[in-house]
Amino acid sequence: MREFIRPIFVIAWKDIMLELRTKDIMVSALIFALMVIVIFNFALNITPATVEYLAPGILWLAFAFAGVLAMGRAFIAEGDKGSLDGLLLCPVSRDAIFFGKMISMFIFMVVIESLVLPIFVVLFNFDSISFNLIGIIFLGTLGFATVGTLFSAIAFNLRSREIMLPLLFFPVVTPIIIGVVEASSGVITDTVNIIGIGRWVGLIVVFDAIFLVVCPWAFGVAMEE
Amino acid sequence: MMRKIAYSKIQKEPLGIRVEGLSKSFGAASVLRCFDLTLERGKRLVVFGRNGSGKTTLLKLLSTRYRPDNGEIWINGNSTHLEPDAIRRSIGVVLHDPMLYEDMTCKENLRFFGNMFDLDDLSDRISDVLGKVNLVSQKDQKARDLSHGMQKRLSIARALLHDPDVLLLDEPESGLDKQMLDDVGPFLFKSTRGNRTIVMATHNSEIGLKWADEVAFLSKGTIVYRASRVDMDEGRFHDIFLEQLESAP
Repeated sequence: MREFIRPIFVIAWKDIMLELRTKDIMVSALIFALMVIVIFNFALNITPATVEYLAPGILWLAFAFAGVLAMGRAFIAEGDKGSLDGLLLCPVSRDAIFFGKMISMFIFMVVIESLVLPIFVVLFNFDSISFNLIGIIFLGTLGFATVGTLFSAIAFNLRSREIMLPLLFFPVVTPIIIGVVEASSGVITDTVNIIGIGRWVGLIVVFDAIFLVVCPWAFGVAMEE
Repeated sequence: MMRKIAYSKIQKEPLGIRVEGLSKSFGAASVLRCFDLTLERGKRLVVFGRNGSGKTTLLKLLSTRYRPDNGEIWINGNSTHLEPDAIRRSIGVVLHDPMLYEDMTCKENLRFFGNMFDLDDLSDRISDVLGKVNLVSQKDQKARDLSHGMQKRLSIARALLHDPDVLLLDEPESGLDKQMLDDVGPFLFKSTRGNRTIVMATHNSEIGLKWADEVAFLSKGTIVYRASRVDMDEGRFHDIFLEQLESAP
């Protein structure tokens, strides 16, 4: 077990250290997410009465597009000087490499979201932040990071990866996007009962579980050559 | 069952590397065809061949980086198909790309790969290999700030860090001056357990002949000439060398 867990944290720590040094992923994704919420703030006539209905869509639009931007750069560092080959020649399973990259991507997305959310609260005069909403964001981000890491790795070797990544990623992650938007909407507006919200949360959890099994396997196949 | 019997037989053989019926294609392009190779433990095989002859593909197949279309590879008795992690632990690889993180220092790069190999005494090992490749004074410099030759030396240090029994070298001489090659050579040849098994691909006949126990020419995915360095006819070698360089791809 230690043989499996250890390289996961070694890879995740390496990615975090490189990101702290280069800020390649966080800065671009964060600016993009902030741009989205600022533009919506000016473009829509949002009142305290309408914010609860619009907030889930705006928030997840910002998170999803910022996430794709971050994922596009997740394997860029591995492209430097063939370091992906170096990683794949280490005596660790492909699953461990996948989970290492996925954990670092999840952390980057959580940091971006935790910076965007307070700004969203201030700009939109939004007062419906709750632990339930944070839990839904957490579950949605987990699914995003899992699928995103896989497609980031697949798109890494493609010539037009900036185009291919969203094309591959969004259709697959659509069930999670629908689930998080609906569940967030239910929690924020408080118009849906707990069973209704639970169904959407259940959908997110099921897809997270499926992706957490399928994506590491698919990553191993994709990294064969 | 047959595979297990064959595997246990091979484990008892004193071969560092054994390749049987290896084939590899990329799309329609066949790079290696029914390729066979044996190399005793502790021997150094230098493979020559023109660009596109299959040298790098052979090294990537031996290193487990590529999966063969057909055929089997055993390194120190371990099958690349059945025990790739055991092979990765026992080999050091130097390819064209130095396989480094440009925004990490020399020490950080080595520490990262050392941690991936779960090595003990990592600080001592890092100091040792940096000393061997003469990069002690650059240890805190980022890889991106190193010259091509220094990056190559750091790549060699990374390959030696876990003291592998087998080294796979793809033109290790590129970017290194003669003095550095002479200095690094002995560290490449011997591990703490004895002579390393080495497969090296190169275009440089001078360094190739100097380092080789055996030489081979690869052309269109097959070995067209192989001889031990001791029994080798130098005239014949140079004829083939020129012939290979001048032949059409």
